[in-house]
Amino acid sequence: MPRFEGRDLTCLRSARVVFTGLSFRLEPGGALVLVGPNGSGKSSLLRLMAGLTRPFTGSLLWDGQPVAEEPERFRASLRYVGHLDAIKPALTAVEILASWAGLDGRPDPTGRARLALKRMGLSHVADLPGRYLSAGQKRRVNLARLCLAEVPLWLLDEPTTALDRQSVAKLATEIAAHRRAGGMVVVSTHTDLDLANPQVLDLSDFSATMADEDLAGDPA
Amino acid sequence: MNAFFRLLARDLRLALRQGADAATAVLFFVLCVVLFPFGIGPEPNILARIAPGVILVAALLASLLSLERLFQADHEDGSLDLLALSPLPLGGVALVKVLAHWLVTGVPLILAAPLLAMLLNLPADGFGILLLTLLLTTPLLSLVGGVGAALTLGARRGGVLLPLLVLPLYIPALIFAAAAIDAALAGLAAKPHLLLLGGLLAAAATLAPLASGAALRAAVE
Repeated sequence: MPRFEGRDLTCLRSARVVFTGLSFRLEPGGALVLVGPNGSGKSSLLRLMAGLTRPFTGSLLWDGQPVAEEPERFRASLRYVGHLDAIKPALTAVEILASWAGLDGRPDPTGRARLALKRMGLSHVADLPGRYLSAGQKRRVNLARLCLAEVPLWLLDEPTTALDRQSVAKLATEIAAHRRAGGMVVVSTHTDLDLANPQVLDLSDFSATMADEDLAGDPA
Repeated sequence: MNAFFRLLARDLRLALRQGADAATAVLFFVLCVVLFPFGIGPEPNILARIAPGVILVAALLASLLSLERLFQADHEDGSLDLLALSPLPLGGVALVKVLAHWLVTGVPLILAAPLLAMLLNLPADGFGILLLTLLLTTPLLSLVGGVGAALTLGARRGGVLLPLLVLPLYIPALIFAAAAIDAALAGLAAKPHLLLLGGLLAAAATLAPLASGAALRAAVE
């Protein structure tokens, strides 16, 4: 099973340093919880981990190899669930999932889509168009992408947004099963998602602006 | 390759479910052309003379109309992030989108063209060549327009920026397409013009997706 590692990462968003000197290391079965106030760079770090943005300095390593060397292999090993749910109003839940499932080249995308919806407890909305889904259901359809195929790394950006307590518990169960099978998960969350012994990464420890504010003194 | 066709099937299905987009382009095309006889007067010779140019320019504007939305919906709802993480390279994603755009808007324009040619009194021996030039021009418009759509993605007032960026690039295609039809109507060989159009199309088909892919990557970051 592979390892996922980041070394001395700096993230720059339009000339502002979001975080700097950030390192992490995830072993198979590990979970990394990102905490920190709004704007501390949790989403930026997840997008950076997914390879959607490139780090300004530092490197990501997958299985000891720099991700930048084999981005295709790395992309095939991860699932990213962001803030936006990528739900098409005109397509049914099962069509949306099947279209994502079809992109990885494995057989029977529609069957896998139905199975994934079932695992998320969404069988009853499988044939509803996206426009009729509630915010929580949209989020769960998006989360169902995690169940389409076994991939080692899950990157979840506040996955519990809009979810009811039952769905949060279901997600926690899926994450636990994923980790038992040797999978890794990185999750940013405000609410408590029940994870067994996670590593916690507080992003405010790596902020570059915080030091300046400390020097200037707290105006409040 | 499998992923390519699956994504194409998804885009076509989306376009068919939201049929309004495709219908808008064709209706715009028809109305745009129909305005000319009203503005210029029902003089058959004049109408026949301007018919090729009017039809080509109207087709160009109609295809531009729906280009703004080409990547925008996927950008706004987060699908583009997921496509960027899919095994398909972003250049391939752009090619799929452009192909779907051409199938949904370009092909109906070609089908509507003979009717409009008749309306503008284009001589009957010009019909074949008109369809042929449109068959070469419309995919070219979609390909070049796709680069513009990808570049203006996420820009404020991208809808205004897009025509300013793309229309000048349409000029070579317009020149050769109009010249091909004029040549055929004058009894001259249209083949050189068609070959040049074909050359432009071949160049755009290989280079435009790469440029769009790079622009999409920038939009995701």
